[in-house]
Amino acid sequence: MTSAVTQARLWYWQRISAMVLALCVLIHLAIMIYAVRGGLSAAEILGRTRGSLSFGAFYSVFVLACALHVPIGLATVADEWMGWRGPKVAVAAGFFGIAIVFMGLRAVYGVVAA
Amino acid sequence: MAKLKQWRPNKRNSHMSTNLKVKVWRGGEQGSFASYDVPRQGSQTVLDVVTYIQRHLDPSLSYRFACRVGMCGSCAMTVNGVARWTCRTHVAKVAADGRLEIAPLSNLLVIKDLTTDMSEFFDKWARAKGQFNGKQTRHDDFARVDPNSRERIAANAGIECIGCGVCYASCDVVSWRADYLGPAALNRAWTLVNDVRDTQRAERLRAVAGDAGCHACHTQGSCSEHCPKQIEPTAGIAGLKYLAAKAAIWGEL
Ligand code: SF4
Ligand code: SF4
Ligand code: FES
Repeated sequence: MTSAVTQARLWYWQRISAMVLALCVLIHLAIMIYAVRGGLSAAEILGRTRGSLSFGAFYSVFVLACALHVPIGLATVADEWMGWRGPKVAVAAGFFGIAIVFMGLRAVYGVVAA
Repeated sequence: MAKLKQWRPNKRNSHMSTNLKVKVWRGGEQGSFASYDVPRQGSQTVLDVVTYIQRHLDPSLSYRFACRVGMCGSCAMTVNGVARWTCRTHVAKVAADGRLEIAPLSNLLVIKDLTTDMSEFFDKWARAKGQFNGKQTRHDDFARVDPNSRERIAANAGIECIGCGVCYASCDVVSWRADYLGPAALNRAWTLVNDVRDTQRAERLRAVAGDAGCHACHTQGSCSEHCPKQIEPTAGIAGLKYLAAKAAIWGEL
């Protein structure tokens, strides 16, 4: 795959994930504002999230969009600021994405299923 | 954008003989600023100031100009930190406090004083496939392009570029990665991609896509902000990204 094709694909994945993230952030804020009316305790949160499929699905999408969006942006920053190019930056960004998936989904699992 | 303070005659500067304090870059890549006192004139341009220095104060000063009316694009320099055409920049507009700092354009190698080596800048136009390539010959009838078509309107918006390098000198990404094609070359590619007579659309998209091409652009618009022709390379570059994405999806890249 040439750099032109890779960059063109990364560009639209970056765009698509950004749109998903924009939507997720809005919903997330709305849920937060709704949920904290009159104070909020850990037990209350867990009471709502435990076993909630829709909650789990929503935040899984959120995590996956982050895992796509963040490494693409970081790869560009690494290229411009540190001159990392080619496989080196791809591997580093890939690991970062995997770390986000792992930590994010673990957190979702923690509040939904554990 | 901050509104620029206009120079107006007042008690302190009403005599046109008031001197301007002018610092001018002397040397090549290595060098330093030299100071000159230049008499203030009405309707004086920055190019007039540079010319005065060369004619009256130091004939060894090197700089470029040709048309003096914003047609040729050869007189661009960095004036008080901003890339501009010096022939179309009034001193009154940029030196409200009577001080000028004139340096060569950024992001280009300095040959001497205010003259830069533009070859890399124009080589990038060639690398972005900036040449028109048609299929008709002189024996064919004129091509008919609808002036209201989307392509023609898009090409029109970028076609008046005179290759002055102001946008290129104002682009941070060029200073970070030397191989970035830059706003002017990409704007040129965008006008050609929208030229329905041209036959090299796919090759051109291939040449301008990638991390040294349109995908390196941050879309912050410094180029569009500073282009004296009010061209918006940023918009053309966004268009190229979109076309490159479409081409990648259809396997044409
Ligand atoms: S786009 Fe504008 S600033 Fe850039 S080279 Fe052309 S005329 Fe000059
Ligand atoms: S919009 Fe793109 S081309 Fe224009 S100055 Fe910014 S990075 Fe450079
Ligand atoms: S001298 Fe020709 S554009 Fe300034």
